[in-house]
Amino acid sequence: MKTCQSILFVLLLFTIAPAFAVIESYTFDTPEQEALFKKMTQELRCLVCQNQNLADSNAELAQDLRKRTYEMIKDGKSEAEIVEYMVARYGDFVLYRPPLKSSTLFLWIGPLLFLAIAIIVATGFVRSRQSASADPELPDEQLRMARDLLKKENQSS
Amino acid sequence: MKSLRYAIPLIIFIGLMLLMFKGLWQDPKLVSSPLIDKPIPHFSLPELLDPAKTVEPERFKGKVWLLNVWGSWCPECWREHGYLEVLSQREGLTIVGINWRDETADALGMLREAGNPYTAIGVDPDTTAVLDLGVYGAPESYLIDKQGVIRFKQVGAVTPELWENELGALVRKLEAEG
Amino acid sequence: MIPEIGHFALILALGMAVIQAIFPLAGAQLGYQGWIHVARPAARLQAFFLTLSFAALVWAFLADDFSVRYVASNSNTKLPTIYKVSAVWGAHEGSLLLWALILAVWGMMVSFFSRSIPQIMTARVLGILGLVSIGFLLFMLLTSNPFDRIPAPPEGRDLNPLLQDFGLAVHPPMLYMGYVGLVVPFAFAIAAMLGGHLDAAWARWSRPWTNVAWMFLTLGIALGSWWAYYELGWGGWWFWDPVENASFMPWLVATALMHSLAVTEKRGAFKAWTVLLAIFAFSLSLLGTFLVRSGVLTSVHAFASDPERGVFILGFLAFVIGSSLTLFAIRGNQIRSFVHFSLVSRESGLLFNNILLVVITLVVLMGTIYPILHNAMGWGNLSVGKPYFDFFFALLSVPLLLALGAGALLRWKKDDGAALVKRLVPALIASLIAGVLVMLWFGYSLGAILGIALAVWVIWLSVMAVRDQLRGNRKLTSIPRGFWGMILGHLGVAVFTIGVTLTSIYSVEKDVGLGAGDSYELSGYTFTFNDIREIEGPNYRGTRGIVTASDGNYSVTLYPEKRTYFSSTMPMTEAGIDAGFTRDLFVALGEPLGNGKWAVRLYHKPFIRWIWLGTLIMGFGGVLAVTDKRYLRMARRKKVPAAAVASRGATA
Repeated sequence: MKTCQSILFVLLLFTIAPAFAVIESYTFDTPEQEALFKKMTQELRCLVCQNQNLADSNAELAQDLRKRTYEMIKDGKSEAEIVEYMVARYGDFVLYRPPLKSSTLFLWIGPLLFLAIAIIVATGFVRSRQSASADPELPDEQLRMARDLLKKENQSS
Repeated sequence: MKSLRYAIPLIIFIGLMLLMFKGLWQDPKLVSSPLIDKPIPHFSLPELLDPAKTVEPERFKGKVWLLNVWGSWCPECWREHGYLEVLSQREGLTIVGINWRDETADALGMLREAGNPYTAIGVDPDTTAVLDLGVYGAPESYLIDKQGVIRFKQVGAVTPELWENELGALVRKLEAEG
Repeated sequence: MIPEIGHFALILALGMAVIQAIFPLAGAQLGYQGWIHVARPAARLQAFFLTLSFAALVWAFLADDFSVRYVASNSNTKLPTIYKVSAVWGAHEGSLLLWALILAVWGMMVSFFSRSIPQIMTARVLGILGLVSIGFLLFMLLTSNPFDRIPAPPEGRDLNPLLQDFGLAVHPPMLYMGYVGLVVPFAFAIAAMLGGHLDAAWARWSRPWTNVAWMFLTLGIALGSWWAYYELGWGGWWFWDPVENASFMPWLVATALMHSLAVTEKRGAFKAWTVLLAIFAFSLSLLGTFLVRSGVLTSVHAFASDPERGVFILGFLAFVIGSSLTLFAIRGNQIRSFVHFSLVSRESGLLFNNILLVVITLVVLMGTIYPILHNAMGWGNLSVGKPYFDFFFALLSVPLLLALGAGALLRWKKDDGAALVKRLVPALIASLIAGVLVMLWFGYSLGAILGIALAVWVIWLSVMAVRDQLRGNRKLTSIPRGFWGMILGHLGVAVFTIGVTLTSIYSVEKDVGLGAGDSYELSGYTFTFNDIREIEGPNYRGTRGIVTASDGNYSVTLYPEKRTYFSSTMPMTEAGIDAGFTRDLFVALGEPLGNGKWAVRLYHKPFIRWIWLGTLIMGFGGVLAVTDKRYLRMARRKKVPAAAVASRGATA
């Protein structure tokens, strides 16, 4: 039975971490509980095989954490409580949905910020292209060839 | 001045490169512990060598001690054991072990072959204490001060280099505290 | 002996790359015709030597030459032959060799298909390709040589069992053709900036290359996704893993580039922006290479975690992109366009398309590297995963798909906004009706209404665009292939959207413990666990379950397996899948639970195949666009006369 450091050793032999599901059959009292279990195990990160969520990881620690999650759900704990439990022990790293805090503010606001900036810049750009003064009708290449031809004509005449 | 805007991509790119460079020297797999500077979570595990007794962190209040999570299935732990013995003998460091997800026979065998640096060893076959400690692999070690507050975590083996560079000085500092 | 030849050929290829880079670029700058003409033969010779080198490595694998360290690490005698070949690109060094080979092949193709392009431009393009080649070849020869020797062990390790699969054998070459192919529009952009002028001709030359690279990238990514689905056993097809993102970002920018090039060619607009996109696309390819091989991010794909290698790649990346962007900073103002177009016009529509695609790219980029930033700032570890990316991607897809549909109807330069809106109304109504109908059929979900409505919106408006073309008694066959390429590309996106929407919202999954003879009902199908057997393969041993799925009329037997490869202690699952046009049935075998029961995971996944069908349609659209008659005409045109080249070169 091996966990991460030993797995890392194996990983060094095969540079890709094999990924496959360990399937346990947990039974739940309500469909909401089952849905919560699915959600939690999909949004929590496995610390051992760090490229998988808790639902898909084969690592023993992942099995232990799934079991703990299951127990907490059966006890009636809420999503927030389960998240808090995991974060208290393993930090924010364990959450695939990054928490909203001052250090992640830019992460969450960023996308809308990018969009806003892009639209503002683009609007300015489009406005500047509305004026009729901006318009050589001919593509540059042909303009240049025309100029060359004219030059030749002037030279020969 | 209008042409300055064409330099914007370059500036952003330079920033990105600096960040990537810094990132090269970080190990993304090492997860920092949220338990640093917090009191060590309570646990009560049966003692490996005498199951009638229990191992609790409160027992070691007033001492500076190292909590080491290990298992006979973990190759690094085997390598670490010898050095932990050195530390407990030469430096007088109190080391408490948690034997994680292991068979008692295998654990005892490892102690015989690789040495026993531990003042006490708690047995945790079901990842109860280990989970509360935020451990995710073996070997991992915590340094706890006299008030029972976690001051340092090492993911991976405790090595001579670690002791020389960081851990030794920290232990001495904590020993000097009241 | 053969590996030595391979190694030597690699060195010769480097030599050719150096010649290919220095002489044409210097020659173009100084006007030396002789040096300019070195470009094509050098490019072809580089491709030749790299082919030789690659062939040597393939031979080493086929001959089980374990004295080559790379072969010993990635193969063994029991490995099936086809996987011995695919093992060549299965790990770091070999995949780099493949990268370099494909780069050289693209260069060779540019050398052949550039007769209608002025020599000086071709020289610059090939010169830049040569510079990039130098980087990769040096990297290989100095840090990652596939031909390194060791004392030969009696048996090799093995190819990672995950890679012993057809899909994953083909995925890297496809992906690299795309990834690497983006170097061509990049080289064209740099060459144009070096020459000091950019015109519609430059855009016209760049387009087919961009389209082909884009097409390969589309198919490469789709293959990876399809493979992940059937091989990894968790029923998912996209995880927003850093390396998946590293391939998706260039795809997004390449899509934007394709559209931007259209504007530059047709109207001479967006020139500076198109150049920037071309640089951005290839930068993302290089950045992806960096992310995968440097250990900066944890990923299931990570080839190597070596800070030293990382420094080399980062340095190379910084040099190539840094100098490109510096050139852009200097020359940007000179190449800008001043073309007039209305607020309501195809130009605006495409600008909006570009904005959305680039913003999506930036979001994916930020999400991918934010953990590095967070840690570098001392704030500790952070994970940014699927929930984050799914949320923002879905959000931004909505305006993108809306614009996609409407955009095909827009006219160049100036269109009538009010008339357009009138035409959009029936599309809107049809979309909403379709969304509601689907939701009524499958089950309540706002997301489903939205997803289906957007897909139908795109389909409806694409059909309208075709009808527009047919107006005036025009025949179907006289519509240019480029147009069909666009329509298929858009329809592919619609089909993809349908697949994603339906499978994400309506998939059903259940983990159950079944013993021999037990059944479970899921989504109208009864899954019966019949039997379990031990099996043995060429390099593995395992257990195979026999499961029948039946809905009353239709019945199928599935064979989910759990294999342990001799070379690894990790068991692998091979799911039993019944693929269908409207749904997949998926069974994965878990652990034995005791009392003869086994944990089994059952899935019903509606319309999941439409995801890859959509990408196939998109890819096919790309093929059509490239085979448009005007490109074939361009290829047949005579070489541009040398005199005209000389005079153009002098003014450059």
